[in-house]
Amino acid sequence: MVIGILDVQGAVREHRQQLEGLGVDVVLVKQVSDLDGLDGLVLPGGESTAMRRLIERYELLEPLREKAATLPMFGTCAGMILLATAVEAGQSHLNAISMTVRRNAFGRQIDSFEGLLPVEGIEEPIEAVFIRAPLILSVGEGTRVIAKVEEQIVAVETSLHLACSFHPELTEDNRLHQYFLQKIKQRQSVRS
Amino acid sequence: MERQQGTDRVKRGMAEMQKGGVIMDVVNAEQAKIAEAAGAVAVMALERVPSDIRRDGGVARMADPLITEEVLGAVSIPVMAKCRIGHIVEARVLESMGVDFIDESEVLTPADEQYHLLKSEFTVPFVCGARDLGEAARRIAEGAAMIRTKGEPGTGNVVEAVRHMRQIQAQLKQILHVSPDELMTFAKEWGAPYEVLRDIRTQGRLPVVNFAAGGVATPADAALMMHLGADGVFVGSGIFKSEHPERVARAIVEAVTYKDDFERIASLSKGLGTAMKGIDVTSMPFEERMATRGW
Repeated sequence: MVIGILDVQGAVREHRQQLEGLGVDVVLVKQVSDLDGLDGLVLPGGESTAMRRLIERYELLEPLREKAATLPMFGTCAGMILLATAVEAGQSHLNAISMTVRRNAFGRQIDSFEGLLPVEGIEEPIEAVFIRAPLILSVGEGTRVIAKVEEQIVAVETSLHLACSFHPELTEDNRLHQYFLQKIKQRQSVRS
Repeated sequence: MERQQGTDRVKRGMAEMQKGGVIMDVVNAEQAKIAEAAGAVAVMALERVPSDIRRDGGVARMADPLITEEVLGAVSIPVMAKCRIGHIVEARVLESMGVDFIDESEVLTPADEQYHLLKSEFTVPFVCGARDLGEAARRIAEGAAMIRTKGEPGTGNVVEAVRHMRQIQAQLKQILHVSPDELMTFAKEWGAPYEVLRDIRTQGRLPVVNFAAGGVATPADAALMMHLGADGVFVGSGIFKSEHPERVARAIVEAVTYKDDFERIASLSKGLGTAMKGIDVTSMPFEERMATRGW
């Protein structure tokens, strides 16, 4: 299996470690041609404002939007914001997951936190690190909520995509990455 | 869910999110917005950029909270601010204002020539300058969540940043290849806490991100620092002391992302106007050097 990681800025190395630890081949995506032949794409954590400007300036925005119709994507934190159909007080980016997100919803860096988070479909709670994290305010049709912090939505999935407002890539806990790979495999076996 | 705040993972993770990015010095809301629009991953709110601090002389302190507040309100990217080395109260003031990262910086006049801050006691993460691995390790042991080269700020001359990055990378390679029973001797020789050196061996790298800073003036300088192993770049006087700050800011961001695409760097470097004039570091009197502040 070949998984791409959007490599304009952010926690690329950590995602790479997680994925390679799970035995998949990793491609770093810096330009449109890097998107060919992927089974899935990870949109890492980073600074969403900067990432948006960079993917636009480097002419990746439209190609990513088109790919999002068929290519499974997993967005963490800033990556989750990129996937949303609506961003409160801002423009949306890839419009891949029907949901409205709020940026920096938990406050500034001093309010950032970590903890153990129960996720639907994963047996024991996972280690979740929230850094200037966004929040999902509401979800639309086809989007399923899989994790909440105090009644606030922090992880969702669609038949194709996965997104969370925290950073599984900053921990040793690779179960959410496994979950993403499992989603891709299931989809591929149904289609073949 | 029980929330744990200010943990190493939360602080160091914040710095990880800045990787591959450019952090720009700004002195007001207008510059902060230009930096954000250019694709900066964070801004450093200051009262004066390093080259002006050099020109003006006198004591350089934490910025007027009005300036920091103005910048905090102007952008949605993280805002960093500088406090003097060892100035516990300036650091606490910045933390109370909600600054996202504090630079305990040699660019300002040190408040304490003997002791650095015990950064592990704060909830807010810190970045500190280092000239070699021993200095980096001491700051990490005190709780720094990010390291940057000291370079020689405000000179527009990248030579010191290169020296410090080369030095740190060379020592990292050395540590990864020595046998475990030799580690304590390196700890002694370099003045590096043993535990930090052990962490470096276990993880195969520095336990926190390491940015380049101090003298980066052009897109090629920024890409050079990435080639030498920097995780990202701080640009101080280089942007807003140049002829076309917006274009220089964008070009430096792009050069960091595409550090290996030399044709691209050639094209984005065209006609950027005069870079900041710069100072030949070797002609500087020793006491004017900022990199020698702190230990």
